[in-house]
Amino acid sequence: MAKLEYDETGRLLFTEEMKEEYTLLMPSMAPYHFGYFRDMFRSEGYKCEILDNNSFDVIHEGMKYSHNDICVPAMLVIGQFIDAMKNNGYDIHKVALVMTQTGGGCRASNYISLIRKSFIKAGYEFIPIISANAVGLEPNPGFKINRSITLKLISGLIFGDVMMQLRNEVIPYEVNKGETDRVYKELDKMVSDYFYSRDLKIFYHPNKLFGQVIKRFSEIPTDRSVKKPKVGIVGEIYVKYSPLGNNGLEQLLLDEGCEVVTPNIFDFFIYTFDSAIHDIDKYGGHRYSKFLQKLLIRFIEYRRNKVRRQLKKYGFRVYNHFYDLRKMSDGYINRGMHVGEGWLLTAEMVELIHIGAPNIVCTQPFGCLPNHIAGKGMIKRIKENHPESNIVTIDYDTSATEINQLNRIRLMLSNAKRNLS
Amino acid sequence: MEKRVGIDIGSTTIKAVVLNSNDEIIFKTYLRHKSSITKSLIKLLGDLEASFNNDKMYFNFTGSAGMHLSFGINAQFTQEVISATKALQHEGDDFDVCIELGGEDAKIIFFDGNNIEQRMNGTCAGGTGAFIDQMATLIDVTTPELNELAKNYNKIYPIASRCGVFAKSDIQPLLNQGAAHNDIAVSIYQAIVNQTIAGLSQGRKIKGRVAFLGGPLTFASELRKRFIETLDLKDVYVPENGEVFVAFGAALEASEQIFTVAELKNVILEYEKKDKSKMKKSLGALFETQEDLEIFKERHAKASLKEIDIKSYKGDAYLGIDAGSTTTKLILLSEDNEILYYFYSHNKGNPVDMVKSSLYEIYNLIDGNDITIKAAYSTGYGEELIKHAFDLDGSEVETICHYKAAKYFKDDVEFIIDIGGQDMKCFKITDGIITSIILNEACSSGCGSFIETFSTSLGYEIKDFANLAIEAREPVDLGSRCTVFMNSGVKQAQAEAATTSDISAGLAYSVVKNALYKVIRAVDVRRELGDKIIVQGGTFYNNAVLRAFEKEIGLEVVRPSIAGLMGAFGAALESKKLGNKESTLLTKKQLDDFKYSTRTATCKKCPNYCPLTINIFNKKKYISGNRCERGAGIESAKLNNPNLYLYKYDKILSYQSDHNKDHIATIGIPLVLNMYENIPFWFTFFNELDFEIIYSDRSTKAMYELGQDSIPSDTACYPAKLVHGHIENLVKKDIDYVFYPNMPFNFIEKEHQDNEYNCPVVAFYPEVIGANMENIDLSKFLDPYVSLNNRKFFIKNLEDCIGRKLKLSKKRVGLAFDKALEEYKNFRLDVIKKGQEALDFAKEHNKNIILLAGRPYHIDPEVNHGIPKLLQSLDIVVISEDSVNREADQSQVNVLNQWTYHTRLYDSAKFIGDIENANMIQLVSFGCGLDAITSDEVERILKEKGKLYTQIKIDEVNNLGTVNIRVRSLLSTMKGVRS
Repeated sequence: MAKLEYDETGRLLFTEEMKEEYTLLMPSMAPYHFGYFRDMFRSEGYKCEILDNNSFDVIHEGMKYSHNDICVPAMLVIGQFIDAMKNNGYDIHKVALVMTQTGGGCRASNYISLIRKSFIKAGYEFIPIISANAVGLEPNPGFKINRSITLKLISGLIFGDVMMQLRNEVIPYEVNKGETDRVYKELDKMVSDYFYSRDLKIFYHPNKLFGQVIKRFSEIPTDRSVKKPKVGIVGEIYVKYSPLGNNGLEQLLLDEGCEVVTPNIFDFFIYTFDSAIHDIDKYGGHRYSKFLQKLLIRFIEYRRNKVRRQLKKYGFRVYNHFYDLRKMSDGYINRGMHVGEGWLLTAEMVELIHIGAPNIVCTQPFGCLPNHIAGKGMIKRIKENHPESNIVTIDYDTSATEINQLNRIRLMLSNAKRNLS
Repeated sequence: MEKRVGIDIGSTTIKAVVLNSNDEIIFKTYLRHKSSITKSLIKLLGDLEASFNNDKMYFNFTGSAGMHLSFGINAQFTQEVISATKALQHEGDDFDVCIELGGEDAKIIFFDGNNIEQRMNGTCAGGTGAFIDQMATLIDVTTPELNELAKNYNKIYPIASRCGVFAKSDIQPLLNQGAAHNDIAVSIYQAIVNQTIAGLSQGRKIKGRVAFLGGPLTFASELRKRFIETLDLKDVYVPENGEVFVAFGAALEASEQIFTVAELKNVILEYEKKDKSKMKKSLGALFETQEDLEIFKERHAKASLKEIDIKSYKGDAYLGIDAGSTTTKLILLSEDNEILYYFYSHNKGNPVDMVKSSLYEIYNLIDGNDITIKAAYSTGYGEELIKHAFDLDGSEVETICHYKAAKYFKDDVEFIIDIGGQDMKCFKITDGIITSIILNEACSSGCGSFIETFSTSLGYEIKDFANLAIEAREPVDLGSRCTVFMNSGVKQAQAEAATTSDISAGLAYSVVKNALYKVIRAVDVRRELGDKIIVQGGTFYNNAVLRAFEKEIGLEVVRPSIAGLMGAFGAALESKKLGNKESTLLTKKQLDDFKYSTRTATCKKCPNYCPLTINIFNKKKYISGNRCERGAGIESAKLNNPNLYLYKYDKILSYQSDHNKDHIATIGIPLVLNMYENIPFWFTFFNELDFEIIYSDRSTKAMYELGQDSIPSDTACYPAKLVHGHIENLVKKDIDYVFYPNMPFNFIEKEHQDNEYNCPVVAFYPEVIGANMENIDLSKFLDPYVSLNNRKFFIKNLEDCIGRKLKLSKKRVGLAFDKALEEYKNFRLDVIKKGQEALDFAKEHNKNIILLAGRPYHIDPEVNHGIPKLLQSLDIVVISEDSVNREADQSQVNVLNQWTYHTRLYDSAKFIGDIENANMIQLVSFGCGLDAITSDEVERILKEKGKLYTQIKIDEVNNLGTVNIRVRSLLSTMKGVRS
């Protein structure tokens, strides 16, 4: 069994030896994307699994082991993990947890430390917790975001975004009920296999595979004669994408007869690079770092452009270039406001209005700090400039009742449907 | 055309309306569903059937509880706000705004031509109607009586308007101080008005023709009056059928399904029969078998106190009075600690009367017997009031009383948890000393009494309601954040047709979970708290709560038979220590002459403007509500104790422009958030550039209310919400610019890592101001993004913002920056020097020190509510977190430590850990997400150093009753630690 090693601050490290023996557990945040992350880590020789346990025990454990005033994503992730340790039959001496960490002024940067604290409380202090981040926080000898992983991540994020978009664009209009999900599963498997293959040519953009996926979705027979309201979901990244965090919002809206529009995840990551550039311009910093970030954005957009061409070819909505998306927040909020989802959240709301989805659910954990500013704080101005906008803000919390949320969402939907006719 | 029926099932009532083809109401009915929705609906349909026997009619449902049912039976459903809108549009097209308050939700509709904007309150601010019910119960009146009371008032108290729980925390102490019920009634309504405005208007003005809808606004004329006066409304409309108005809207919309009443009834009966097992959040039954229950009852019968007949007793007796927040308790003990007499009652908002009548009872009982009351003590919320009213021999802080009482039952007790009606108190005892006191903060208050008021609203005695829980098979999960959320959870459970017994058991679990995971924060109870636990407080009389507690912690606990009298019992035990010959307690004759009146006043001796209640007992005066002794008319040397909070506040305000000088422009700076840290910098900077600097006035509650209608997010912290008022205040002044920069970063205080972040709210609140406040001229509003850590970029950013406009050379801006930076450093050094002086003073005069740790903006008296003064009046030397943080060991902590103000908390905690006679109190503003992280870490640091951790959560709540108890408990514990 691997020896427990600590760094000079007393942090338990994930060693190279552990890489052989341990299973990495990743709490699922975005169901469309995380499966690919699992596969790419597996292809790099890690044992890796996604946690998507969502029983009531998750909430219960989360409440027990975290501060009750902490935001709901932290509570759910902690709950999910502790519940998995207790009930999912893992060898608790052979697992490690991976969490993404962004840094910045939002308290979400502290999730890793909170999880660590809760583990000590629960008696799991021997389980290594790995921070997956792009800025070199908390390095581990056995876990490295190397060049290969980085390139795979880029493809994985683009794929996840495309799958999320296409499924949502097709499913409300499918002629044969269930066909979209059948196709989705089939393609999802195909993409998974792609990421799992060990001899993947990482420098090569899988243009053909993208083409196949998009084409296949376009072949699903649809009937667009019945108009359905388009409803956008924006907000704090966890409750925006995670069904556990938002009580299955996407499915709820589908069931209510809407077309769901969920902005891409990748823009959030590009936004963090862009924010670093902004700060260097505004407050000073290394030019080299700025150069690298800019290059990275260009590279990503170069690849996304190829996907955009394919989307256009098959008649799907073509999502905005990051810099065009950024322009959407002009006149609302400064680019300097980039904690949490920052200006991106405002930009996404405006973008949704522009693409014909003025009905928006703005999600946030109860008491979310950045959303006081960029979410709730900007709605008045958006409403002034776009009277047709129909935005409802929903606070998610483990103690909040569904009926309360549902009632507000239904109010928004009633208006959406009225505006449609 | 067929008749149309609208059925509105809200959180507390069901309403139905039948329309003929001319849209006229031909039938209406209204009833409270008391938690069984389908049953009440069947009953209501029965009434309908009598009138519309075989008519085919269109049915449409609306209302939050109707939503669930209508989906279950596939019936037409219209969301309630849409129904209200329809109904209102039917009444006329000249409405500007509609305010609808329901039992659970508050809604607002803005009409603006075709553009209709509808909003509902956030989760936090739920339960308006339920709140009124609870408050009425609290002062023992019906809701119509509450309205009557509000008609004759003298004064409106400032009451927190964030939510029902916070408001109650403000009202409770007012009751205990003897404030007039008329004034309280009107203040309750005002709190609802403020909550509605702050939570729903979000930057849109409520003006023009306004319609009032919903039960509370239909029935309470005084509530309407508060709205009209507060918003200065000229044209209001209350529909004739206000209580069924939403049902009317639904009826107008009914068009999809046609039924006879009997058909619909059958559908609903079918639905009711269906398996409801889909309820996913079921908790375990409290008792699996009858045998479990018997064993449980037997075990708890053991911890009891002997009662003897007072008539047969001769000798000495000792009296303990516990004037709690909702209940008054008295106990008379014999020499051998047997109970001669006890009294336990809801205080009905008038503890003095309660005690008086109880004392009469005692005197009548002992009349002619040879019993001497040798001493009488009071404790609890109303400790001082009762002591002064009845000339008791003394009083003791409740923590001590509770410990003494618990020790009597279990000498080696390690942990005491007391859940009263309003508050929870927990004490940890190590080696006979109270080593830690945990008191609930505002969010957890009122859990105990919530069960009671809820059961009353269903028409149950609390005891019967508790017994129902024992039979529950599938208790529902009702959330545990606070009673507002629980209330909403109950409504959902009702809508899903949960049984009353499952709800009762669910509530027991909710209260226990709130106590365990929010207040105590213990997971492994045996390890963290030990296994010798005493539970007490009136709430634990409820066997369901007791059982839920034992199940949740997996341990058996002791509940004394006098669980609700423990404070009084402890006080009586304490009074024995005096060794009195005879008590000074009012005699029976004196009681006959006892006269008691109250009046209210405002203390004007300092800018805190404490609202005072002056109690007059015969000719003796007792003043309550004051923060410091000056309010009580006493000048004292304690006021000379160093107090960094007062010092810093004065210091910040001492940066004033010379108004006689020539200035190039006037610039207004709001006195908010990080400005309390950065004024020395910005003042010097602009002063150097020949600006005249004008600040917003000192914060007041009135100033807050001035800006409350532009607050977009009601869950933000109070210091942030105050910014709106400051800006309103500032724009009224004759100034050229308002300067309020976005500052993501502070100065770098430590070298070894990034720790210069501001929290998102502090950093970017100017964005909210610009986007939400209509009264501000954006061309005059300067909100640049700046960092103070890079001179070159600072100059550039200020150039872009104002420099070029006013032709200020880069060089001058740079020089001003240098000066400003130096002044800021001087300011910091001065604060540190003062901190050192305070420490020296404390040492020299052997005084207790409290490190009152918060954020720079906590020096604002409207934010800290005068807590620094209160501490001073208790003879404490008060220092601030930023006066000692640099003296501390600068090593790492266990959390990602990247915010400047938070780093100071950790460092000052480390520092204070090594100082004798010193303790730390952390001030936490409600809604501060980051303090969820800091408070745990600060507690850990202090615990490692063997210190107590005390947290005071502050918000709008203005009353210091609980704070007072908390601080005094801390002091008495410090004494214990020292001895």
